[in-house]
Amino acid sequence: MQDTPDIADRHDAVCVIGAGASGLATVKNLREQGFSVDCYERETSVGGAWNWRHDRSPVYASMHLVSSRPLTEFPDFPMPDDWPDYPHHTRLLTYLERYADHFGLRDSIWFGTEVVAVTPAGDGRWEVTTRSTGGGAERVQRYAAVVAANGHNWAPKPLSVDTSGFRGKVMHASAFKDPAQLRGRRVLVVGGGNSGCDIAVEAAQQAETVWHSTRRGYWYAPKYLFGRPLDQMLLHWRLPQWLYERVLRLAVGDLTRFGLPAPDHRPYESHPVVNSQLAYYLGHGRITAVGDVARMEGSTVELADGRRIDPDLVVTATGYLPHFGFLAPELLDMDEDGRPDLHLHTFARKHPTLAVVGLVQSDAGLFPLAHWQSVAVARWLRLRLTDPDRAAAVQQKESSRPLRSWTRLKVVPSSRHWFEVGHLSYLRAVQGLLDEMEPAR
Amino acid sequence: MSPRVLRTEDWTAPVPPVKREVLSALPHPDDGRPPLLFVPGLGHAAWSFREHWLGHAATRGFPAYAISPRERGTLRAYVHDVVQAAAGLPRQTVLIGHGFGALVVAHALARYPARAAVLSAPLLNGWAAVGAALRANPAGALPGLLGRPVRLSGPQLGLADTARVAGVPARLCRELIMAPDPGEPVGAPPTLVLGSPDDRVVTRRALDAAAARYGGAPLLFPGMGHDLMLAPGWEEPIDAVLDWLLKELPS
Repeated sequence: MQDTPDIADRHDAVCVIGAGASGLATVKNLREQGFSVDCYERETSVGGAWNWRHDRSPVYASMHLVSSRPLTEFPDFPMPDDWPDYPHHTRLLTYLERYADHFGLRDSIWFGTEVVAVTPAGDGRWEVTTRSTGGGAERVQRYAAVVAANGHNWAPKPLSVDTSGFRGKVMHASAFKDPAQLRGRRVLVVGGGNSGCDIAVEAAQQAETVWHSTRRGYWYAPKYLFGRPLDQMLLHWRLPQWLYERVLRLAVGDLTRFGLPAPDHRPYESHPVVNSQLAYYLGHGRITAVGDVARMEGSTVELADGRRIDPDLVVTATGYLPHFGFLAPELLDMDEDGRPDLHLHTFARKHPTLAVVGLVQSDAGLFPLAHWQSVAVARWLRLRLTDPDRAAAVQQKESSRPLRSWTRLKVVPSSRHWFEVGHLSYLRAVQGLLDEMEPAR
Repeated sequence: MSPRVLRTEDWTAPVPPVKREVLSALPHPDDGRPPLLFVPGLGHAAWSFREHWLGHAATRGFPAYAISPRERGTLRAYVHDVVQAAAGLPRQTVLIGHGFGALVVAHALARYPARAAVLSAPLLNGWAAVGAALRANPAGALPGLLGRPVRLSGPQLGLADTARVAGVPARLCRELIMAPDPGEPVGAPPTLVLGSPDDRVVTRRALDAAAARYGGAPLLFPGMGHDLMLAPGWEEPIDAVLDWLLKELPS
């Protein structure tokens, strides 16, 4: 960074927080709209969650995409078409690195720099306090707008039971980087999400004994249906909920026979778990399904039904919680559980120059949603400058967009499902916003 | 027109991958200029640019690539291949399409934010192209009406030798006529339209219409035929393109 003290006011520049997939797309799309951008990244490289070298990265050794390539790639920078339907996480990282190089985004990124605080400076402008990740002096700069793209898969949700008296090893899924860590162990995997199922399957091939603990029943969707990736088939058919439930019952069948609880919700009401191999290994006796964990003491784990098991390694795949330490909760209209209330899960309702990109989960990949969110943010910020009257009209119109048109109102009451959206309905809403912002002809 | 967000066909029926032929001529040393991707027109392939333009662009410091159309391809598959090839290059790419290749580029621009775009003798209007072909070379064009390959002649293209120019399947001619509107380019790339007033494939009116759509007047090279990259005097148009790029894209 330059040493001159007088650049503290960055005038019309926009500050982007994070250089993961969402941050990179935001930088690119803001620059495409002519904005000058400063992106702050606490790590020393791009890729965010997908960069397994980052200490906050949630990727684990065997991680592959759970949504297929065409529904996961950025719409304007496709992944190579000779890649498999479900690429490995290392390929995702090379993809993001190539995206950053292709569009020359690194020029706009300050690596090894953390955002400590973002505070309103009046007139819709923002004061952003940054600091070198290792520590050191803080620096305050003024920006015309702030876009937080800090990801929601890096602050692990703690296990709800006390593990201090447990003698075995306890690790979070994000610490599992090498299948050898499971070899010959007696492993308990806690969590029924995609990572929990993937790691249970991996353990089934490596470990001596595997227990898989889930709190509730899920719909376990197969990765392929009739030889085609599941998400492609679902979008092709546009199945209503009741028909999708039928298809799953037909294709996957009743898993309660293996000891898994029956789903307590209907499909589409939780983030989809896509795993073809869980039932296979349950059926081969390599994985034993167990219920919720009640207590962990000494060398035993007591389950909710009173049974006792004796794992020597517990992998907690409990998921993550969104975390915005640098923003006062009221700026994002957070509720008492820390859930922001944002228009389209993107735009702060009371601060037109504050937005969040990438804070959604859908039944397909995140990158296309983050791309179109950031396109909408960039065009919105541009429209505010070029045509304030129209911007006001768009804001007025958007405030009447019904919530149910873009978000799933009925979801499993759990900390990880409130920002679940449907790929199609969400993108349709974003298309609506982009159309409104288009200059009248 | 805002960009098309819902792309169900791409999500649910992706274009099947093929091995693509991409020829290249690279500058030494590479000064970081944007790569150029040339897209050939009907009956032509990457070879038509390797003759002169690729090497010339490289000597002027631009990494230059040319892609061949896939066998039995459709407009959709060609567009897919161009976007794939462009995204596979190390830097944001300039798309340069000739003839039908310009139509492919126009569609690719709605998908991929090109650094800049050049539409050379662009064949964007199918009906105008049919009329021009029937006037210039009725014997070659008429078989198309019967579903047989259309042949392009030397006088039509402005070439003495057309041995390497392949017949055009009637299916592609139909696609040219039925092609949907390409849509607005993403990322608003600077776009140059060039051609010849004496082109017997793309009429002057079609050329003006294309230029008007992309916001300007066409750059004209009188006396040359359709195949600007092969005909005698090929240096002039490519030098004009490279000069324009140097002016539009300050490094």
